Amino acid sequence: MNIVVVGLSHKTATVKIREKVAFSPNKIEKPLGELIALDGIIEGVIVSTCNRVEIYATTRDIAGGIARIKRFMAEYHHLIFEELEPHLYSYHAEDAIRHVFRVASSLDSMVVGEPQILGQIKTSYGYAAEFKSSGIILNRFLHKAFSVAKRVRTETKIATSAVSVAFAAVELAKKVLGDLSDKTVMLIGAGEMCELAAKHFINSGAKGMMVTNRTFERAERLAEEFGGEAVPFESFLEHLHLADIVLSSTGAPHCIIGPKDVEEVVKRRRFKPIFFIDIAVPRDIDPKVDGVESAYLFTVDDLQEIVQANLVQRSLEAEKAEEIINQEIGQFYKWLSTLEVTPTIVSLRNHFDEIRRAELEKTVSGWKDLPPDAEKRLETLTLAMMNKLLHSPTTLLKQTGQGGRVDLYVDALRQLFGLEAQRRDDEELGLEE
Amino acid sequence: MTLIHLFFILTVVLYGCATAAYLACLLRTSPLLTRWAGRILIVGFTTHLLSTIHLAVNMKYLPLTNMQESLSFFSLAVVGSFIFFERRYKVTTLGSFVVPVALIMLTASSSLHAEARQLPPILQSNWFWFHALLAFASYACFTIAAGVAVMYLIQRYFLKTKHFGALFQRLPSLETMDDISYRCLTVGWPLLTVAIISGSIWSDQAMGSYWVWDRKQTWSLIIWVIYAALLHGRITIGWRGKRAAILSIIGFIVVLFTFFSMKHSITW
Repeated sequence: MNIVVVGLSHKTATVKIREKVAFSPNKIEKPLGELIALDGIIEGVIVSTCNRVEIYATTRDIAGGIARIKRFMAEYHHLIFEELEPHLYSYHAEDAIRHVFRVASSLDSMVVGEPQILGQIKTSYGYAAEFKSSGIILNRFLHKAFSVAKRVRTETKIATSAVSVAFAAVELAKKVLGDLSDKTVMLIGAGEMCELAAKHFINSGAKGMMVTNRTFERAERLAEEFGGEAVPFESFLEHLHLADIVLSSTGAPHCIIGPKDVEEVVKRRRFKPIFFIDIAVPRDIDPKVDGVESAYLFTVDDLQEIVQANLVQRSLEAEKAEEIINQEIGQFYKWLSTLEVTPTIVSLRNHFDEIRRAELEKTVSGWKDLPPDAEKRLETLTLAMMNKLLHSPTTLLKQTGQGGRVDLYVDALRQLFGLEAQRRDDEELGLEE
Repeated sequence: MTLIHLFFILTVVLYGCATAAYLACLLRTSPLLTRWAGRILIVGFTTHLLSTIHLAVNMKYLPLTNMQESLSFFSLAVVGSFIFFERRYKVTTLGSFVVPVALIMLTASSSLHAEARQLPPILQSNWFWFHALLAFASYACFTIAAGVAVMYLIQRYFLKTKHFGALFQRLPSLETMDDISYRCLTVGWPLLTVAIISGSIWSDQAMGSYWVWDRKQTWSLIIWVIYAALLHGRITIGWRGKRAAILSIIGFIVVLFTFFSMKHSITW
């Protein structure tokens, strides 16, 4: 069984392209269903964040599987395959495992070490588990990825020294607005990154907070959490001039703030600068807003620039993290290869045979007046018993051969008979958060 | 070599070192370098101030009577006000833009007049010295404002084009620069106002008329109007940011133009 990864990220595609292939979490069931219905694809998980859209899947046919997933990504979003294809990367085998471990550990993030990505993968995995598109391999794989991420976090300084995209937003705001202590933040929509950014702004001394959301209750709840004020979504534009910092991440399909709105706002603010961060994909704020005097608009892509400066400092820590990942890849790969049918049958046989021989040995050596041909007969007897016992599971395994369930059997078998000293780490790998 | 020349060379060398240090601050962040740039500049400013005082005592009048003396004094005022603003706002990068200007001014004033000259009677008036001192103080404020304006436009360009390089990291925030520029105007413009008033009183004494519409007075009035407009626009309709920056650069160009083309008219 092979794990494959197909996707695009901030490294291969601009926000313009990423927003076109993003999967909405509200409607993730449909693409997940279509994904595992693809020919040769057995399990699938879709990770869609503003910085990356990736599909993790298992397949027996690496080249075919990857090609079909690529086509699926284009066709599902009604894009021209040839235009999307150059932005897509794909990995299989060890590279796929390394890639996902690196992504979960935030080594592949725009801001290396930023903590959100792990949560985002967990949520994506949660959907896959809920809609049963992930199975034994991806379950195990992603749990492993989470534990690797945890190890990287605790054993390297990558997270402590790292700044998040949210933090980069704060740094950028300071470059425009200077001291933040008398500034007001407006939070439009919700979302982990946005809330995190809001928290960072509060920690940096921002004075006020306004929260608006399509669901007013949600806005009220967040406002309460931040000690701010909830604003009805319908009239948020009328409050916009009170905000110095605007963080937007709604799921709106179109821009909700246009240059005309901002021109009004800037006039009302008498050209005091106003700082916009658009975290949403697709974008919430019209790019033309940046052309308005005294308005400064930044998207997640822009934050990357800020972050580059810190990369050098963190490269040492990242090296340590890569080492951890290498170790873990080895372990996981070993497990993955045990899921192959033939080696499992062989080791099952060996396991039985060892027991048989040991017991036979014990019996024979303790038997004083053993008849001359008894040892041979006993040998035949035990061998026949073993073969009979193993016949049914072996046949079943061979028959199930190419399907997805075989991994389940193989894994169960290995665990039931303790076919190798496996670390029983499933519990510790669980989705504890 | 007279003492005054020694002072002069020492000051030029110190300003040169400070300029180099401040420019180096643009290239790399180093608290040590920043500290030393500040120290060297303060020593340079002290020698400059002492040499000016020495000159004034020697000649028994303020060294403001010709282009060379004025340039040197202009440069002294610029450095002095820069030191004030740097203390106040902690903006090292401002030095990289302003200190070189002071160095150029000082170097340009290279021939200093150590000997006392017979001053024309027209300049022997306390109103004249008062007027000239205030005028230079206001010019220094406008120089700082222009330096900050250039920095503002650069930083704004970086922000709008999303170009976050090393210089972007070192330049202060837009609001800080806007703040400094506003502060410069609120100090510089009243100083200029009083300078023009005292100048016209002197004009009355010297020429028998408060306002003679000579080129000097006309241009001073133009400068005054430019900065008045800028200040007024800012307070009433919020002229800030890019517009204010461009206007204060224009204002400074007019100041320079006035300074270089008119100075001769009062040195006679």
